[in-house]
Amino acid sequence: MALTSRHLLGLEGMAKEDINLILDTTISFREVLERPIKKVPTLQGKTIVNLFFESSTRTRTSFELAERRLSADVVNFSSDASSVRKGETLKDTARNIEMMKIDMVVMRHSAAGSMDFLSRVIDANVINAGDGAHEHPTQALLDMYTIREKFGKIEGLNICIVGDIAHSRVALSNIYGLKTMGATVSVCGPKTLIPRHIMDLGVQVFYDVDEALASADVVNVLRIQLERQDRAFFPTLREYRQYFGISRERLDRTKRSIVIMHPGPINRDVELSADVADSEHSLILQQVLNGVAVRMAVLFLIGTRK
Amino acid sequence: MKIKSTIIDAQAFERTLMRLAHEILERNKGSDTIALVGIRTRGEFLARRLARKIQEIEHKELQIGFLDITLYRDDLRGKLNQPLLKGTDIPFDVTDKNIILIDDVLYTGRTVRAALDEIIDLGRPATIQLAVMADRGHRELPIKADFVGKNIPTSQEEQVRVLMAESDGEDAIVLIEPEKGPN
Repeated sequence: MALTSRHLLGLEGMAKEDINLILDTTISFREVLERPIKKVPTLQGKTIVNLFFESSTRTRTSFELAERRLSADVVNFSSDASSVRKGETLKDTARNIEMMKIDMVVMRHSAAGSMDFLSRVIDANVINAGDGAHEHPTQALLDMYTIREKFGKIEGLNICIVGDIAHSRVALSNIYGLKTMGATVSVCGPKTLIPRHIMDLGVQVFYDVDEALASADVVNVLRIQLERQDRAFFPTLREYRQYFGISRERLDRTKRSIVIMHPGPINRDVELSADVADSEHSLILQQVLNGVAVRMAVLFLIGTRK
Repeated sequence: MKIKSTIIDAQAFERTLMRLAHEILERNKGSDTIALVGIRTRGEFLARRLARKIQEIEHKELQIGFLDITLYRDDLRGKLNQPLLKGTDIPFDVTDKNIILIDDVLYTGRTVRAALDEIIDLGRPATIQLAVMADRGHRELPIKADFVGKNIPTSQEEQVRVLMAESDGEDAIVLIEPEKGPN
């Protein structure tokens, strides 16, 4: 058993067998994370570069922990203090780093498709840690693992993604992965934040969050990106909260036991009320824990693949 | 897989397991301080069988766990087929226990080396003792079994298989024809 591809660029088109292999492998790494010594020697001698052209704390930390717990050597390269600022192209940056004899690159970049490009210009394995509004495959994999851990399955579940669908790589990767695994997926948000052709991906679209919740088993609440607020996709945060914020009252009204997920970081009392975020229905901290294990599984499967 | 000869049949297999159970108990003065750890896949089956026998003799609960040593292998980069992780499951603290590590065949000793490293990452056992169903020689590391079902001197070309009802339909130790490598 091995993954079909030597890179992890996205979940679009990834076979169900590959997704299942990653999720099954994650179980072993969850066990490793419960040990007194949370480290295995599996990737000893491998060098991994974390190439982050966009700022990120939690994804980079999660990847770095996963890499170190597999005993890989880790180099961090971020855009703030680097040659990128001096006008170097992505291709030149990547080639320069590759000459330093590295085995894998974990990259985050603001341009959709940059992963695909990188994987064609260098020999190292490429793992996508987020490219523009395109994909963020490890986030969707950890979301799917968390769902499977909670429900014992993914197939047949009703998963609703609420928020800024248009700018969200988390939403897109989740849609691709969940559809492949046989879930029913819907999206919900203000019209300005739902891409026009999203239903072509086989998802149902709701503009009314109460309607969306009426049939949901899981709600994956996306972060409202405050930094985009100047572009006025909706009038005010207060109004967003009123119409789309997931609150205790809203959930109680459904009379359903709905599980809450969020890729973080949360804007408390904007997209998600504080009491819901901290409630027993919230899997948010479980997602963070599973994130390290899923990334270990991906790094293991790609790093030891022939 | 073509069987060349049967070294131990199902009946002898059963008697051998019973002897191993008694030897383990004799060496450790009963089962109070011991815990069994089987190396997946066949070491797991052997550990379950030995546990049953030890419990029949001692009438006491016995702790048992399983190791998947894949993450500790020294040949991961050279493998053709990536092994599927079956997971380590040790539901007790190994610290201060006498761990009986169980595998089917002892050959180069590399699997045992990986298992020792993994157990020590889980805690600090009082001792680790090695029990194997078959020892076929050709060690590449300084490792020796404490309890041996059957010593089987072999040439490098011969292959020894421990068959078990759980995975192979019957219990036996057999010599098999070496598989022809792809040319």
